[in-house]
Amino acid sequence: MIRPSSSTLRLLIPALSLAVLLVAVFYLQPRAMSYVGLNLLFNLAVPIALATIAQMMIMSVSDLDLSMGTFVSFTACVAATYLQSAPLLGILILVAAIAVYAVMGVIIYVRDLPSIVVTLGMSFVWGGFAVLLLPAPGGTAPDWIRWLMTSKPPLVPIAIVASVVIALISHLIVMRSSFGVLIRGVGGNQRSLERAGWSVVALRAAAYGLAGLFAVLSGIALVGLTTSADANIALRYTLLSIAGVILGGGEFIGGRVSPIGAVVGALTLTLAGSFLSFLRISPDWQIGAQGAILIIVLALRLLLNRVEKREKQS
Amino acid sequence: MIALRALGRKPWIWSFFATIIVWFVTVLFTGGASSLGLSQAALTFAAFSVIVGIGQMFVITLGPGNIDLSVPATMTLAGTLALKLMNVEDGMIVPGLLVSILIGLGIGIGNYALIKLLRIPPIIATLSMSFIIQSTAIWSNRGLRIKPPEQLADFATSGFLGIPNVAIVALLLSVLAWVLLERSIYGRWISAIGQSMFAARMAGIPVDGTRLATYVLCAILSSICGYLLASFSGGAALNMGTEYLLMSIAVVIIGGTAVAGGDSNVPGIWGASLFMFLVVSMLNTYGFGAGPRLVLTGLIIIAVILVAGGRPVGGR
Repeated sequence: MIRPSSSTLRLLIPALSLAVLLVAVFYLQPRAMSYVGLNLLFNLAVPIALATIAQMMIMSVSDLDLSMGTFVSFTACVAATYLQSAPLLGILILVAAIAVYAVMGVIIYVRDLPSIVVTLGMSFVWGGFAVLLLPAPGGTAPDWIRWLMTSKPPLVPIAIVASVVIALISHLIVMRSSFGVLIRGVGGNQRSLERAGWSVVALRAAAYGLAGLFAVLSGIALVGLTTSADANIALRYTLLSIAGVILGGGEFIGGRVSPIGAVVGALTLTLAGSFLSFLRISPDWQIGAQGAILIIVLALRLLLNRVEKREKQS
Repeated sequence: MIALRALGRKPWIWSFFATIIVWFVTVLFTGGASSLGLSQAALTFAAFSVIVGIGQMFVITLGPGNIDLSVPATMTLAGTLALKLMNVEDGMIVPGLLVSILIGLGIGIGNYALIKLLRIPPIIATLSMSFIIQSTAIWSNRGLRIKPPEQLADFATSGFLGIPNVAIVALLLSVLAWVLLERSIYGRWISAIGQSMFAARMAGIPVDGTRLATYVLCAILSSICGYLLASFSGGAALNMGTEYLLMSIAVVIIGGTAVAGGDSNVPGIWGASLFMFLVVSMLNTYGFGAGPRLVLTGLIIIAVILVAGGRPVGGR
């Protein structure tokens, strides 16, 4: 018998919990088992998945980004204002924002600062810019992104297609390219990479830049769904993205991450919300039940890890 | 010169330095008229940040990855339930305080149970926990705003010799925390665990007990802060703890505690808390809107870390 590799096992738990939740939702609400139903269930997962991948990039170099939520809100505000009215200026702003992310990665490394604190400070900055752009909820989504997010490909709803594409692309970048190996190496053992002659500064800048890029895409996708934006639109993404990475089998340190797992984790978190509303749980307890689901999934993972260890020993 | 240099090495000196500058800049604008009021307001609001900051500091001292995200939810639940129990009766002030401490005790134990039993990172454990606590608070509050007992509200909003009472409470708690950290075996233990959990375990330190005590301590301080804040602001609100999540972490780090753990200090928390409040009120005084105020707050925080951070070579 072929024994699955440990990385496959790592992916098994998030995939299983997603499947169980999906079956439960279908059981509670058979009408969800359709093209439209699936699209509605997973619609909001697309921006969350992109933000989770962005967070995963940061976590793969053993850092943590506490400004993810405010940054996605900021990019959503840019997308709903400048990107729509003056596309060139909008693109310039977003490119500049990505550059700021790369610079942030460099500063954190060069000055040996804790990423948590720097991103905490940046979260004020992004939040401030977002309020400057849109003091009150408003703005309009650019037509092309609106078209993309509401398009109806045959057979499979766009939300699923987009999630699969995001998972595949990030898998190729992080797991299959030599660049991805280097970035995970920075998280694993920075010093040995340095001794091997690689520039850790450049690698960190690239990892942060990529995170910025995915976060920008997340903001754009979000505006495509909601058609307008406000300065607080994505605040909860900070915690959601961290939880998504962890649910998907990622770790805080050591460069152990899984892009496919992260996307599956984001889908699970989104689905958990719908599942609870289908259960008709009183809204008072919805957040609490989400916490409980998180705990249950992590308990399952612990169980599986134990089994894995026992198998290795025998 | 040598004394000055020794002072400059203290990680907490920077936050006080920044605080004094900001205070002067603010007072300059108003021509000195507001200096007393400003100082009192700063002491009052800093006191709340200090109380949660101390708890968070002990947790962060435990080493990389240790952080308590359930602080705001704990504050809300403790404030809500305590005010509900006291029901505007002055005789119930002490039982109310005891109940909020008990809530903290329960949440702390719950947090560490999740961390230990499920072996999940503290960030995720305390995050999931805070979701559950928040739901409990929403369920028990039902949007009602119960007033605090009159004596308690008086105590929380007034002062002694011009110093706000809450600041005195925070100062007492800080002194206790300082003794605990610098002069007790417990303080040595958490620093040792923060520097290397493995080495600490090998040295025979009761690692699990110490970590449990730390998470409980943090939760209890959060609930005391929630109790005081609810009494100060005339009732518990569901979002009353929100800003204290970032605040509790920020004051610890700006105050010069190492994020990597094992190296903490109490005075820095005071400096950082005063600084955080004064920055906002300075920008308010100069008439900035919400947007620029946030941007500047963030940039000033980063600037302070850039100047103060970057630990000396061989320092860890």
